Amino acid sequence: MPKRIVIIGGGSGGTITANLLARNLLRQLISGEVLITMLTNTPNHTYQPGFLYVVFDKMRPEEIVRKQQDLLDPRVSLFVDAAVKIDRERNVVFTESGRDFPYDYLVVATGSRIVPELIPGLKEGGHWFYDLEGAIKLRDSLNSFDGGRVVITTGVPHKCPVASLELTFMLHAYFKQRDMLNKVEIFFTYPINRLTSLEAVSQWAVPEFEKRGIKSEVFFNMEEVDPDKKILKSMEGSEANYDLLIAIPPHKGAQVIAESGMGRDGWIATNKKTLNNEGYNNVYVVGDTNDLPISKAGSAAHFQSDVVAERITSQIQEGSGSTTYDGKVICFVETGFEEAMYIWFNYSVPPKPSPPTKMLHWIKLGYNRLYWLTTRGIM
Amino acid sequence: MTDVKIDKTVDARGAACPGPLMELIKAVKSEDVGTVIEILSSEKGTSVDAPAWLKKVGQELIRVEERGDHWSIVAKKIK
Repeated sequence: MPKRIVIIGGGSGGTITANLLARNLLRQLISGEVLITMLTNTPNHTYQPGFLYVVFDKMRPEEIVRKQQDLLDPRVSLFVDAAVKIDRERNVVFTESGRDFPYDYLVVATGSRIVPELIPGLKEGGHWFYDLEGAIKLRDSLNSFDGGRVVITTGVPHKCPVASLELTFMLHAYFKQRDMLNKVEIFFTYPINRLTSLEAVSQWAVPEFEKRGIKSEVFFNMEEVDPDKKILKSMEGSEANYDLLIAIPPHKGAQVIAESGMGRDGWIATNKKTLNNEGYNNVYVVGDTNDLPISKAGSAAHFQSDVVAERITSQIQEGSGSTTYDGKVICFVETGFEEAMYIWFNYSVPPKPSPPTKMLHWIKLGYNRLYWLTTRGIM
Repeated sequence: MTDVKIDKTVDARGAACPGPLMELIKAVKSEDVGTVIEILSSEKGTSVDAPAWLKKVGQELIRVEERGDHWSIVAKKIK
């Protein structure tokens, strides 16, 4: 009887894990001792950090989307058939089409999704750039924007906490390029009492905001939007008038997680080091859908995939695995159209932002093209 | 107050990002009214920032306790 590995989710985490496992277990795959199956809900794979560049016409939508099948090792069986229920007691996944997929090892990499509906009025009155449709809509609205107050606001929880800062700096560069700075006010809000989650980055950002004339309000958790009067209201009781509202809507995990009783709002209880779903040694959780107290970011999913692929390989080949995750996350942070900074941190080492440079910006632009190698487990 | 029954504990020790305060906001937004939430943080700042935010949004702070290398902040969602 072959060992069956089922991976749910074809984003960064699921795809890297699948390709690493296919490489590690090549001999067993050829002999039929191991089967790797991926279940996804879309035939396409989208490079999500590209949304930011689509907003400013720096990348075309088609440049950030590829066919999932083209990224996967051909020995991985791909089913575009969404998982609708996971039964961890019987070790089986049920899909939308009515099929069932029994497993010996399960990797849950179902990601997170924006839920603008959680904020009344946001869909009608706001923009976002955390999906392709939203990024294109924002790009078009910016193209026809002739001045006024731009408000940037962030919901809780959310992925990629530095993206709102990047957007803000890039907006400033964009309006400067269009000679519109005298007609625009940029107003930035953030849920906690600093400009971004990372204290060191926030301290760096304060004088950068002052230099650019960007105003801000912290302890601002969006609660409601009045699209007619163009007012954003916060849980804390304050209000912000806007002409253009750009939000990072609150996120949830996949519906299948909640439906399977694996975690309210789609976040799965995950061991910080082994990345096992707590209480299940044959179930692993990779990427945004875990409940680890670290950034929900592509780099985190990438490093977690390395760990999970090693652990499953060791479990199959040697009976046990010892590789653990140290909480590593890295981010390149755009500080406009010409420079970027770099940070890395883990569970025990806090981030120390590097000074922004042109070189880091070029590295980030280069990585936007090299990402497809990451998905294949090459870099 | 040390015998208060905690319904949900979030261990945010060593969490630089998104950080303990963001974890508290997430828990307050997602849990039911009446839930007692505990946040464990290794950042001293959370012991000041979390009570300040709870006061701002009108939620109840039950206690802040220093436990050697970390702090425990307990709050109740009352609305």
